[in-house]
Amino acid sequence: MTRLLVGRALLLAVVAVATLGAAPPGGAVTEDQVRDVAANLRCVVCQSLSVADSPSETANQMRAIVRERLAAGETPDQVTAYFVEKYGTWILLAPPRRGFDLLVWVVPFAGLALGLVLAVLAMRRWRRRSAAAAPLASVDETTRARIRREMAELDS
Amino acid sequence: MTRHLRWLIPLAVLPLLVLLAYGFRTDPRALPSTLLGKPAAPFTLTTFAGTPLALESLRGRVVVVNFWASWCIPACYEEAPVLEKTWREYRDRGVTLVGINIQDKDEAARKFMSQFEFTFPNAADAGGRVAVEYGVYGVPETFFIDRAGRIRERKVGAVTDELVRAMVERLLAEKS
Repeated sequence: MTRLLVGRALLLAVVAVATLGAAPPGGAVTEDQVRDVAANLRCVVCQSLSVADSPSETANQMRAIVRERLAAGETPDQVTAYFVEKYGTWILLAPPRRGFDLLVWVVPFAGLALGLVLAVLAMRRWRRRSAAAAPLASVDETTRARIRREMAELDS
Repeated sequence: MTRHLRWLIPLAVLPLLVLLAYGFRTDPRALPSTLLGKPAAPFTLTTFAGTPLALESLRGRVVVVNFWASWCIPACYEEAPVLEKTWREYRDRGVTLVGINIQDKDEAARKFMSQFEFTFPNAADAGGRVAVEYGVYGVPETFFIDRAGRIRERKVGAVTDELVRAMVERLLAEKS
């Protein structure tokens, strides 16, 4: 009886260790893992929707393919690369950060930085200009009296 | 200094204009296949008639692979007679047509095939695996594979008699 119990416990331990060690290949692929890959893939029959978000049959089949490949032991990057090989970088919702596509990532920030620099330069110039114009605005009391007198003379 | 640089302002708009001119001229629906010139992905399917169909077994022949669906109206209906006609005319000259039915119901697909009296091999692509292997976006899509098993041309939308004839003749004329 005790021997049987010990034997069972041993068996359980062996099974537990085996499942822990061999988790990735052939193991359970979670919905989240599938979602992570599918969210970066463009649904080919939709407008601006990812494979993760589209309810279409095509997207459904593509999610199944993602799940299958992950279950077969491929990394998320390898699965993504498979779709890129078949569809080109078009399939990626975000363009890769290299080559010509890098422009898409860099240009907006470069534009923003350039705009900021230009705005700062312009504001400095305006300040300098108003600073230079300031002395003209202050007219002393004698001059002001004279202007008033001469204006009055003009009116009469 | 500022006076001198004023002409730079309209100049700065130029790259934007060039980009827009380029962008508006390209067709956003034109999707170039990355698979042109590459070996066609092998597949083994079971035809509606129940016989196995392997692309590998057709090496040495010119193969026209057509992805279709019975719900694809009207393009698939327009090209169906062209496909059957091509098969009847060219089957003895080294050309095989292969129809791959995607995302369809068995009954509807069979009705479509009998409506157009299809005699060339047709098979359903359960799970859409072959469609993804060929980077298919939608139906119909037609791939022309040369004798060496490379994808040489891809046509999105209904094929015409002239187009298929020209492609097939060109690939037949090549030495394998």
